[in-house]
Amino acid sequence: MMKWLKKCYLALVLIFLYVPIIVLIVQSFNAGKSRAKWEGFSLRWYIELFQDERTLQALFVTLSIAVLAMIVSTVLGTLAAIGIHAMKKRPQALMMTLTNLPNTMPDIVTGISLMLLFIFTKVERGYVTMLLAHITFDTPYVILSVLPKLKQMNRHTYEAALDLGATPMYALFHVIIPQCKQGIITGAMLAFTLSLDDFTISYFTTSPLVQNLSTLIYSSARKGIDPSLNALSALMFVALLVLLLIVNRRTAEDK
Amino acid sequence: MRSDMSLPWWAWAAMGVGLVAFAAMVGVTIRRNRGIHRSLFASPYTLWMIIFTVVPVILIGYYAFTDANGAFTLDNFKNFWDSNFNANKSILAAGEAVGQDYSAYITRGTVNVDTLVYSLWMAFLCTVICLLLGYPAALIMADRKMKLGPTLVVLFIIPMWMNFLLRTIAWMSLLEDSGLINTFLKWLGFEGVQLMYNSEAVLLGMVYNFLPFMVFPIYTALSKMDFRLSEAAADLGCNSWQTLYKVTMPLSIPGIVSGITMVFMPSVTTFFIPRVLGGGNTMMFGDLIEAKFLTEGNWNVGSALSLIMMLLILVSLSILRKADPNGEGGGIA
Repeated sequence: MMKWLKKCYLALVLIFLYVPIIVLIVQSFNAGKSRAKWEGFSLRWYIELFQDERTLQALFVTLSIAVLAMIVSTVLGTLAAIGIHAMKKRPQALMMTLTNLPNTMPDIVTGISLMLLFIFTKVERGYVTMLLAHITFDTPYVILSVLPKLKQMNRHTYEAALDLGATPMYALFHVIIPQCKQGIITGAMLAFTLSLDDFTISYFTTSPLVQNLSTLIYSSARKGIDPSLNALSALMFVALLVLLLIVNRRTAEDK
Repeated sequence: MRSDMSLPWWAWAAMGVGLVAFAAMVGVTIRRNRGIHRSLFASPYTLWMIIFTVVPVILIGYYAFTDANGAFTLDNFKNFWDSNFNANKSILAAGEAVGQDYSAYITRGTVNVDTLVYSLWMAFLCTVICLLLGYPAALIMADRKMKLGPTLVVLFIIPMWMNFLLRTIAWMSLLEDSGLINTFLKWLGFEGVQLMYNSEAVLLGMVYNFLPFMVFPIYTALSKMDFRLSEAAADLGCNSWQTLYKVTMPLSIPGIVSGITMVFMPSVTTFFIPRVLGGGNTMMFGDLIEAKFLTEGNWNVGSALSLIMMLLILVSLSILRKADPNGEGGGIA
């Protein structure tokens, strides 16, 4: 009885979380433009999506920025984590404060402060500034996922590698990095996801000429969303789902 | 937008000194260790953070304490307390010019304070609701007998892959007057209800968006817990409620603290949800700051408001940290 109740509760919470997503996917197959009225099944919006220059452009901006920001912030963050780990106590504490600062700052303040920086340095806001902003908010998350792995590591393996004649660089690539691989991957995934879904910081660091999906959706929210955006997000959703299933299967096989 | 965007010479000088100091520190470390010490791997990141985090924050601070001409002033903070501050100042000055006391014509504008109080209240409600909804969910997920944990975590993450703006807009098609819920009610023969454009709708949108951030850390804390402790409590005669109150809950406090932080912070500053689901009837502090910068172009007051918000968040974080001194709560992972 109790078990049944518990399952029901969880099911209700999950329904709450999934209802809007189902609505969205259903709408993407609606023949009409209306949000509420069902006018028959059609793939119209999926076809329009691939003819809509603006949406495809935004998709390209979103994905390329997510990938680039992920790569740069993973390299920058992993190096930084290794460096911070090797530091003495006081500089280490200082660096951790610096790393935690962006997490404690509200997104809107981060966005605005970067906007001020770009306006000041007279850098035209656009693709590059958005990328810089994304790297900035991604990197601390990479550090925070790599650092625990470094702390778990046995110190002596590195020293043993040195004793056995490895150069520090060799030891870094063949001893330290392989051991915190899991943390690096987690950090990279986190960076990618955060960048993909970011709206607030992108909104302040780009110009209306260069839009990612979030800012495009925002600017069209008042006029009424183009259903082809629903179609696009349904496609992305399914793509990520398939990706997840593949990854899951592979990790299951590894075990 | 402001036309004059140059910093005073001393700001440039300070930045130059900072860069030189950074280079010097790197140099000293290299000399002292006679080569590249591993701690130097952090230097590209340090430089990055100085340019893209520290300097921008200093810029906000600079604006908050200066007026449109770049002179030092506290007026921007007074403006927070009285949004008519500038208008009142000119009224008084006009009075002085004709030798009369115009202070009777002064009214205090409370928009800024009211918005802040409203935002804090909404964020508080959102956090409480998320905690009440999320704790039982996390508890059930962590239940070893159900063996559902990891799968369910994925089920909670998947919705976050949909762009959050689109998900919020999807709520619109459920809630609006001609939306699904109202259509359904009318089909059942009831009157339609106004569900959108009020605080409740905004609250719903906030809870919807932030609930997973409450569930994950609590779930992590609960699943890390030694389950034998609760078994021991049961063996020693606690019933299941007592076990929950006296053993499980106190042990999951780090998770609760981190969940509260992760929900409260973004909800105070949320600025898209109120616009869509509140339809302009509700204004939150994030909207106010955005309007000050982008609509009014008043960077000084906007910066002062941003500083006040940062301060508030830092204070509430440090209070929360007291409940979890070791910072065990961890993040999302």
